[in-house]
Amino acid sequence: MTPPAVEARSLSRSFGTRAALSDVTFSVARGEIFALLGPNGGGKTTLFRILATLLPPGAGSFSIDGLDPAAAGRDVRRRLGVVFQAPSLDKKLTVTENLALQGALYGLGRGARDARIRELLETFHLADRARDLVETLSGGLARRVEIAKALLHAPPVLLLDEPSTGLDPGARRDLVGLLGSLARTGTAVLLTTHLFEEADAAHRIGILDRGRLLALDTPAALKATVGGDVVAVEVKDESGAPALAAAIGSLFGAEAGRITVVGPTVRVERPAAHTFVPRLVEAFPGAFKSVTLGAPSLEDVFIARTGRRFREADAAGSGTNAS
Amino acid sequence: MSSSLALARREIVRFLRQKSRVVGAVAPPLVMWVLVGAGFRGSFREDSFGYFFPGTVVLVVLFAAIFATISVIEDRREGFLQGVLVSPVAPYSIALGKVLGGAVLGLIQGLPLLALVPVAGLKAGAAGLLTAAALLVVLAFALTALGFAIAWCLESTQGFHAIMNLFLIPMWLLSGAFFPVDGAPGWLRAAMALNPLTYGVAALRRALGGAAPAWTSPALSFAVTIAFAVVTFGAAVAVVARFPAGPAGRPVPPRAPENR
Repeated sequence: MTPPAVEARSLSRSFGTRAALSDVTFSVARGEIFALLGPNGGGKTTLFRILATLLPPGAGSFSIDGLDPAAAGRDVRRRLGVVFQAPSLDKKLTVTENLALQGALYGLGRGARDARIRELLETFHLADRARDLVETLSGGLARRVEIAKALLHAPPVLLLDEPSTGLDPGARRDLVGLLGSLARTGTAVLLTTHLFEEADAAHRIGILDRGRLLALDTPAALKATVGGDVVAVEVKDESGAPALAAAIGSLFGAEAGRITVVGPTVRVERPAAHTFVPRLVEAFPGAFKSVTLGAPSLEDVFIARTGRRFREADAAGSGTNAS
Repeated sequence: MSSSLALARREIVRFLRQKSRVVGAVAPPLVMWVLVGAGFRGSFREDSFGYFFPGTVVLVVLFAAIFATISVIEDRREGFLQGVLVSPVAPYSIALGKVLGGAVLGLIQGLPLLALVPVAGLKAGAAGLLTAAALLVVLAFALTALGFAIAWCLESTQGFHAIMNLFLIPMWLLSGAFFPVDGAPGWLRAAMALNPLTYGVAALRRALGGAAPAWTSPALSFAVTIAFAVVTFGAAVAVVARFPAGPAGRPVPPRAPENR
């Protein structure tokens, strides 16, 4: 049996007394796109740095293609392509010079290297900018060079930390398409993201919050854990939300399904909610600012697991951000 | 080895694309040479231009080394270094690439100054000039390796400036470049005798036809200068291997672009 491309076993890491990562276990298969979804400060970047061999785990272990980085560090690194959130290109060098330097760092011979550079410049539509200094490129173009650089040595495993940072929506779609075609050729793609739409395009998602892996499944299966539809009622005054939740609970009883309060919003999960909404609105005339009905999203999954809205977790996490 | 050469090449290409760095490394020592030489000539000694010349050349190389290695800190902050650190390149290759690049830059700036030997009133034959050039190669390598070992352990360029003023410049001042060792008070003389750069300056001074203290014999001067290079390069490799992720063993997360 071939080993998984990435296998993390009970990975933990703390900084001082703060646990950035607690007992995280998962694996990524070849040809799979795996998204680590979570708010800033949730532990994604710590996990990314551990897998990229930049940070030793505090406890637990991981392997890349079955290889242990502690024993075969250089072999592990040869198998990894790494795209950082912050740019890692030399701005004073041209696109080609950056790629050539990368080729030298990964021990590619000149002939193979130049052929590969030409190939990637074509694939990434960068050929006409090949001789330009990186500092003259737009953010989206520089990002493309960044990914081309990580792919230069044709790694079987690609790690990306918040890859769509700084990309416009069009470039984001391009990125999703690119990752899909890489996966189809057998590359294992592991990316961190705090964007639901980006995670939605992955084959499987691990939700990482406060250093813990809260959920691990396909996007569809994760959404199916939320009971049917989601009705979100926003009230005018946030302080009235808990009372409203209690009132809905006592009025509709078990029929209302799971009820949660997140800020000024009362969320009701239940199947076939379209018949429920009219009765709900009539029961509390004029009390709502808005009512929305939708199929569960990944954000609903996150709220169901954490009791917090993603943005709130984001804001709370960014204050202590060292991960 | 090819990865080290590629990293060294990058240093040189970057240097040539930032013209201000050439001026920054060569001009201040030359201005100082002229001012100090002219000033001292009237009051202290007739041969002041010749006396300060070897030290000036060493200072040019030292400045070049400082500017070249300070870029380690920028590489870390700007994110370039993280890409190198996840590559399969060994620690000694990373150190060798940077030090080799910095040393070549030091030589690009320092070697042409040897053309000024006659202007300085020094008399050096072809053998002397060749010896001086060889010494500069070793000194450039040693000083760049020293700068690299320091810069690797620092988080900010401000910190490097503090080290430069507190340690590197005094090291130069106490090398016999600025005032003769033998005229200094006892405690200073002891410090100068312990300073490895003293021997490099003495050897360079002798190669260029000047006089150096007898206790810095040619053999001792060369031996200490080469040992200086070996030890500083060893330190450069050691810091990369010991602290791959950066200062204090803790990674410095490069700042991500501010847009979400």
